[in-house]
Amino acid sequence: MKKYRISFPHLGNYYVPIYQLLEQLIDKETTEILIPKKMSKETIDLGSRVSPDFICVPFKYNMGNYIESLESGANVLIQAGGGCRYGYYFELQEQILKDLGYSFLFITLLDPEGIRVKNVFQKFKSINPKLTFTHFVQSFLVAIEMIYALDDFETYVRENLVYEKVKGSFIKLHEAFLESLKKVKNKRELRACKKEYFKKLKEIPLDPSKKNLKIGIVGELYTSMEPFASLFLERELADMNCYVKRYTTVSYLLFEKGRNQAKLLKLAKPYVTYALGADGLESVAHTLELIEQGYDGIIHIKPFGCMPEINAMPILQKISLEKNIPIMYLTFDSQTSEVGIKTRLEAFYDMLDMKKKRRSV
Amino acid sequence: MKEYYIGVDIGSISTKAVVIDENKEIVASTYLWTEGSPIEAVKKVVRDLKRQLAALKEEFKIYGVGTTGSARNLIGTILQANVIKNEITAHAIGTLSRYPNVKTILEIGGQDSKIIIIKDGIVVDYAMNTLCAAGTGAFLSSQAKRLGVPIEEMGDIALHSKNPSKIAARCTVFAESDLVHKAQIGHKKEDLIAGLCNSVAKNYLNNLSKGKPIEDMVVFQGGVSKNKGVKKAFEDILQKTIYVDPDSHLMGALGVAILSLEDRQEEIPFDLDMENTEFQTIGNDCKGCSNECEIISVYKNGKLIDRMGGRCDKFHLLVKNK
Repeated sequence: MKKYRISFPHLGNYYVPIYQLLEQLIDKETTEILIPKKMSKETIDLGSRVSPDFICVPFKYNMGNYIESLESGANVLIQAGGGCRYGYYFELQEQILKDLGYSFLFITLLDPEGIRVKNVFQKFKSINPKLTFTHFVQSFLVAIEMIYALDDFETYVRENLVYEKVKGSFIKLHEAFLESLKKVKNKRELRACKKEYFKKLKEIPLDPSKKNLKIGIVGELYTSMEPFASLFLERELADMNCYVKRYTTVSYLLFEKGRNQAKLLKLAKPYVTYALGADGLESVAHTLELIEQGYDGIIHIKPFGCMPEINAMPILQKISLEKNIPIMYLTFDSQTSEVGIKTRLEAFYDMLDMKKKRRSV
Repeated sequence: MKEYYIGVDIGSISTKAVVIDENKEIVASTYLWTEGSPIEAVKKVVRDLKRQLAALKEEFKIYGVGTTGSARNLIGTILQANVIKNEITAHAIGTLSRYPNVKTILEIGGQDSKIIIIKDGIVVDYAMNTLCAAGTGAFLSSQAKRLGVPIEEMGDIALHSKNPSKIAARCTVFAESDLVHKAQIGHKKEDLIAGLCNSVAKNYLNNLSKGKPIEDMVVFQGGVSKNKGVKKAFEDILQKTIYVDPDSHLMGALGVAILSLEDRQEEIPFDLDMENTEFQTIGNDCKGCSNECEIISVYKNGKLIDRMGGRCDKFHLLVKNK
C-alpha cells in the first residue's frame, strides 16, 4: 500500500477534474488517489450520524464522503472552504473525524485569510517534495480548463435535455464524456477530447416543439451543483418538459463571481445595495435577470439553515410580489423522500402552465 | 343512463371521496379516517359510495376516476385512475367550481396546510407548510384530547369565550407548554380552546402567507375549516368575511373528480366490488445503482400491477401520471 492515500468530498461531477489535478500534483511512487464512493443514502446516513443536527446539509454529505473514503483506506483528506459556514467546515470536520479515532492528514485549500496560491503549493509539497511551482501552476491551468469544459458540456445538456428526441441520449453521452475526461493526461488530450465530445453533443437530435416552460434555478451552491442533494430536481424538471437554467457552476464561482460583483450590485438595484454573504446577492440579481429574460417561474433552493440564502428570501418575496412572478422556495436537509418535493413541483408546474395558457388565449 | 366520475382524496389523516355527475354536482360523498392504511381506507370508501349509489336507484356507468392527496399514486394505481393530480391543483379546481370569484384559499388539513392565491380564475401563487406540522389538524386533535373535549365540539366551545387565553403560535411545543401552564393557573376551558384556535390561525398566517396578499373573497377549507373557532379567529385577524362551504372538507376530491371529467375517456372498467380483491404492497431497495431507490411494488390478487418510486425508466409507472 502506498504511503499517502488521498481523498476528497464529492460535488456533482467535479470529482473528474479534481482527480486529474491531484494526479498531476502527487508523486505516484508514494501516493494514490481514492475517488470517494458514489453518493448514496448510505453516505448521508453516515454523515448525519456524526454531524451536529443543525449544521447545513453539505457538511453532512461531506462527512459521509470522508468516512466512506477513510473506511476504504484514505489517510489524506482535502477540503475547500467559502464565504459562509463553509469556511469553518474544515476545523469541525477534522475534529469530529479525529474524535472518531481516524488518523489522517487534513489539507485545506482556503485559509482564514482567503486563498493563497503559495500556501496551497506548500501544502501539496509537503506530501510530494518533488513538486515544482511551475508544474503546480501548469497543472492548475489544465484543471481550470477541464472545469470549464465540464461546465460548458453540462450547461448544454441542462438547457437541451427537454428537447431530446431519443430519451436517454444525453445521459449516455454525458457518461461517456466523463469516462474519457478521466483518461486525459495533458492539455493537448483535453482539447482533443473536448472537440470530439462537443461535436457529438451538437449532433444529438433535438425536437424544439417539446419545450414548454422556462424555469430558472437560483440559490445555494452545493444544493445547486450536487444533484443528489436536491433530489435530482433538474432531471425532474426536464421530465416535466421544462427548460432549466442555472448560473451556479464551479467555473462561475471560482473565476467569474469576483469579477461580477459590481455588475451584480447594479442588477440587484434597488432591492439590494450590498452583498448578502456567500451567494445571497447572486440569488437576487439572477432572479431579476431571469424575470427580465421572460422566465415563467423561479425556484430558489437552499440547505436548511443556510444564512446567506435566508437573507435573500424576504427580498425575493418582495420581488415576486412586485414583478408578479411565482418563486418557489425549496429547503433540503438529510431527508431522502422525494414525494414532498414532487408534489410541490407538480403544483408549481400546473400553476405556471395554466397561467401561460391563459395568457396566450 | 347516468355518467358518473369519482374523485378520491387520500390524506394522511382522512380519506375523502365524491361521485359527481356530468354537471359537476355531487351525488354521493364519504369521509373517513385513513388510519395509516390507505388501501383499507379506500376499500371502505368504495363500499360506502357503492351503497349510496345503489340507494339512488339510477342506472349509471363510471367514466373516470381521479386521485389526489399524499397517497395519490398508490391509490391511483389500485383504482386505475385516469387522472392523478397533486392536491394543490385539485383544491384550487374544486373551490373554483363553487366560488368562481375566489381570490384566496386557506386550507388546513390533518398534517399539512396550504395557501393558494388565485387571480382571474387561475392559481398564481401558493405555499405549503414545509418543515413542521404545527397549527394543523393533528395538533388540534391532540390538544382536544388533552383537554378532554371531542374535536367536533371545539369550535362551538371556543365561540363562548369572551377572553381567549394568549397561547404561543410559533411552535407546537411552545403552544403546548403554554396551554398546560395556563390550564394549571386556572384559565377557563373555553378561553383555552379559543386561544388554541387563535394560535392555529396566527401560526398559519405567519408560516404561510408571509406577505402574500390575502384579498376577498377568502375561502377556508380542509378538515380544520369545520372548526368555527378557527374560522372566527381568521375573521378577527384578517378583518374579512371568510366563506366555509358545507362541503369544505371535500374540495380536493371534488377538484380531482372534475379533472377526471374533463379528461373524459371511454367508460373505464371500474370495479365497485373491491372487497374481495386482495391488494398487497411490497417495498424493497433496488440495488441496481448507488441511488438505491425504494421501490414499492403493488400486487392485485397476487399479480403485479405497478411499481413506484424508481428514478430511472426501469420502473416506469404503468398508470399515466398526469
